[in-house]
Amino acid sequence: MYEGIIQELIDELGRLPGIGPKSAQRIAFHILQTETFDVTRLAEVLIEVRDKVHFCSVCGNVSEQDTCSICRDPRRSQNVICVVEEAKDVVAIERTREFRGLYHVLGGAISPIDGIGPDNLRIRELMQRLADASIEEVIIATDPNLEGEATATYLSRLLTVLEIRVTRLASGLPVGGDLEYADEVTLGRAFEGRRLVEK
Amino acid sequence: MLVRHLSLTDFRNYSAAEVALQPGANLFVGSNGQGKTNLVEALGYLSTLGSHRVSSDQALIRSTTQAAIIRARLEHQGREVLVEVQINKSEANRAQVNRSMVKIREIPRFFSSVLFAPEDLALVRGDPSVRRKFLDQLLVARTPRLAGVASDYDRVLRQRNTLLKSARNSGVKANQLSTLEIWDDRLVALGSEIIAERDALVARLRPHVEAAYLAVAGADHSPRLMSRLSILSSNSTDDDTADADEALVATDSPVIRADIESDFRAALVRLRRQELDRGITLCGPHRDDVVFQLNGLPAKGYASHGESWSFALALKIASADLLRVDSTSGDPVVILDDVFAELDQARRTRLAAAVADYEQVLITAAVFDDVPPALAAHTVHISAGTIVDPAADA
Repeated sequence: MYEGIIQELIDELGRLPGIGPKSAQRIAFHILQTETFDVTRLAEVLIEVRDKVHFCSVCGNVSEQDTCSICRDPRRSQNVICVVEEAKDVVAIERTREFRGLYHVLGGAISPIDGIGPDNLRIRELMQRLADASIEEVIIATDPNLEGEATATYLSRLLTVLEIRVTRLASGLPVGGDLEYADEVTLGRAFEGRRLVEK
Repeated sequence: MLVRHLSLTDFRNYSAAEVALQPGANLFVGSNGQGKTNLVEALGYLSTLGSHRVSSDQALIRSTTQAAIIRARLEHQGREVLVEVQINKSEANRAQVNRSMVKIREIPRFFSSVLFAPEDLALVRGDPSVRRKFLDQLLVARTPRLAGVASDYDRVLRQRNTLLKSARNSGVKANQLSTLEIWDDRLVALGSEIIAERDALVARLRPHVEAAYLAVAGADHSPRLMSRLSILSSNSTDDDTADADEALVATDSPVIRADIESDFRAALVRLRRQELDRGITLCGPHRDDVVFQLNGLPAKGYASHGESWSFALALKIASADLLRVDSTSGDPVVILDDVFAELDQARRTRLAAAVADYEQVLITAAVFDDVPPALAAHTVHISAGTIVDPAADA
């Protein structure tokens, strides 16, 4: 245990996700031994980020304005929505540069253990967006785990009545990998989702 | 398969131990509390990733140290495989095969063993959970993929139970029931697979158990195994003796997968009210049992001590036989932990004969004379965590 303010700093840092007590201590001492303006800058950014960054009123992605840059971009196709769990997932899909449509961030997945039901997710907002007839396809890109699958099932049941094309991201073998190293669940999914070879 | 060499670091009472093992029988002798069982427990850990004595890994790590290491040099039909597992106090456990990192759950693929222990009597006399664990361990040993199915099922069960509880606490609302259906789907899909696999396993075990019981008991008491499925039971009491006959599935009529799914769904509908009242899932593989009978009577409650032991041994021999039949890397290693002290002379001899033709048999005993001479070939003496092997000194 350190005295007073140092321990407080370590405790606060340790509250962040992915940072254990040892990392917290390392960061605390790094901060102590760094030039003053660095710390001021960090403090400023921390305050600024809470002040400036909001969630997009349309899709729920992080944004410095009322709507995010993706929702504002007229070049993106306005008739496809990709539904993801977190804003982080938007960044991951954007990296692929394969998808040129719009997003909808749910803010998590259905998980009773964590106290998250459909009402805690931005599902109502999604249904409102879909009431606009221009949307032709919804791509469900929730995580391929139990909670993500449960959320996908829930959404697909809601959406089937709307006569919109609903698709789910494929699961299967990683690109560039070896078949022999794939675990049996992944390999089993890849078998389930196999495709006819195009002639 | 064979264990050629076992070395332990900071495992239980051993700060460091090196044991060379031979094909055939290996006998560890020593007084109580010297560390015989710890040696075989370490090997058992490699095939089940758990101890047969404790549910938490913490007890396996020698006190005051941070990690225990189990390292075994195995031989699969002439090919050497080095398997290492590090059990950590505060981090995730790690594993290596031939010095390259693998996921820890891959380890049981490289080593299969069947461990007989005094605790096995609970298979016959204990709670249904003991029998479910026995079947599930054997399922995973035969089909590793099912470990994933079982852990997914457990997670769905926890999610569903939490949802039922919150529905109960807040009064049932229509929208909560709509998400319940989603968890029902997953529960039925995963649960039906487990039920079908367990039932198929029980059917496959049956002839092996019959043969093994006759071999161990020396008498035919017509042993039978029957699945008891909670999805077929109309009542939901926790008392497993109530309505003993109605949910039994005779092993000669294997259950059909499609029937299981529809029965499971029907049971969920039937029990919905009760489930909402109590806030738990009342049917599914987590509440199933397998019933053992001798001469038409349930072994639990009716069988004598000797008969119960014969049944427990027959189950273990049968599971070793099954693993042997399916194995591509040789016989499972048979481990007999302190069992001879529990048996009369005739059963000792017959058990020894039943396991004698396995590639490798490891035995622990406090009293040398308890062990039939046929199994006393390579003897290692254990005293206060040190290992004295006359063969190695020679």
